[in-house]
Amino acid sequence: MSEDMSREADDLADLSFEQALNELEAAVQRLEEGDLVLEEALALYERGMRLVQYCNDLLDKAELQVAKLTVQSNQP
Amino acid sequence: MTAAQLSLPLDDEGWGREEHFGPWTVGALTQYIKELLEFDDLLEDVWLRGEVSNFARAASGHLYFTLKDSEATLSCVMWRSAAARLTWQPEQGTAVLAHGRISVYAPRGNYQLLVDELHPLGLGDLHARFEQLRAQLRAEGLFDAERKRPLPPFPHLIGVVTSAQAAALRDVLNVLRRRYPLVRVLLSPTLVQGEQAPPQIVAALQRLDARDDVDLILLVRGGGSLEELWAFNDERVARAIAACQHPVVTGVGHETDFTIADFVADLRAPTPSAAAELAVPDQAEMRGWLAEQGGRLQGGIGRRLDEARQAVAQSEALLRRFSPRTQLDAQRQYVDDLSRRAGRAMSHRLALDRAALGGLEARLAALSPAATLERGYAIVRRADTGLVVCRVDQVQPGDGLVIRVRDGEFGAVTRSEP
Repeated sequence: MSEDMSREADDLADLSFEQALNELEAAVQRLEEGDLVLEEALALYERGMRLVQYCNDLLDKAELQVAKLTVQSNQP
Repeated sequence: MTAAQLSLPLDDEGWGREEHFGPWTVGALTQYIKELLEFDDLLEDVWLRGEVSNFARAASGHLYFTLKDSEATLSCVMWRSAAARLTWQPEQGTAVLAHGRISVYAPRGNYQLLVDELHPLGLGDLHARFEQLRAQLRAEGLFDAERKRPLPPFPHLIGVVTSAQAAALRDVLNVLRRRYPLVRVLLSPTLVQGEQAPPQIVAALQRLDARDDVDLILLVRGGGSLEELWAFNDERVARAIAACQHPVVTGVGHETDFTIADFVADLRAPTPSAAAELAVPDQAEMRGWLAEQGGRLQGGIGRRLDEARQAVAQSEALLRRFSPRTQLDAQRQYVDDLSRRAGRAMSHRLALDRAALGGLEARLAALSPAATLERGYAIVRRADTGLVVCRVDQVQPGDGLVIRVRDGEFGAVTRSEP
């Protein structure tokens, strides 16, 4: 079980914020549509809640990164 | 010299002119002209519009130029002291409003304007150029709504074209940090005003646009005068924006400033901060949305679990109905039922029997010897056996008898044969 968890956590880490949002939206929709086997529904729910947590974490930890494009003509 | 002295128009009667005979000297005539012009009230205080040409700044710091319009030209001088007060750089072709007085420069026989104030008259001209370029680019379709591209809803990398020192950049970064710190910013620095600005802005745009990882470009500059914002009305800048493969958002000046760049851009924001706001989603809204999704997940799984529980309960009921125990119970109940019915039938039957018995009893009573005894008959039984004596041979003399009559019994002894 814990192996499953860490593997899935890694899956999340690869997601961009937008991807996570899209997947979350899809999960909510499927769950609300019903007609799911209970195991699927539970898995979807757990995944969805982790996505919510993941997105909030991303926002919490984000710090604006600013880089400056060097002007090529200034370089030798 | 005498003649020149005589020529001074000192006399109201004008004798000087009348008294002047013979040729003037050049100097005397020039002096006469100089005094005519320099003491004229009108020419002492002149506001003049014209276009600058032959502009030259002497080593002394004095400015020499000509003001002209379509009909005439006029030499101008601006002494160093007045020139030092200028906050702008007059150029060839600039339309200006000059103030000064007319003077005559005798050595060259020149009259000229001694300028003490000089203002650019660009506004009217700039407006004309603005309108002309706007009309032209509109005709080319560069402002068409179909050209406007939507902004990516969740940008990863935003390119910012502005001056690295500008307050506009600080404003943009503050807004991005507050609203959507997930985004990365790539600054492409450039001058944003002056003659060098347009080509630099074009290059800065192109450097960003050449990258595939840029999602959109912000082209911003803080507020300023029309002249200071002029680079954003440059045709080269406009065409560079139109050529960008990534969406461009402009935020130049204040709410009321519209530049050609704004018209070409995919989206125009009134200020740099507003441009940054349009470029990214708001994390406060995102968090609200996330909370809502969390709630919907809870609700969804709650309903699903309820369904599951219900299904389990139904199955349990079904199972119970068909279990052996239930069948046993049912049979037991059947037995109970039967026995209850049997009991009911039994007691019914007993009641019937009892009723029948009653009837018989009554009939029996009617037939009993008691009634006969009532009529005076007696029943004679042997005292020793209790047997009823019906015949004579059943008794011997001396046998004890019991005689029953209507209201009781009494004993008797047989005496003899009759």
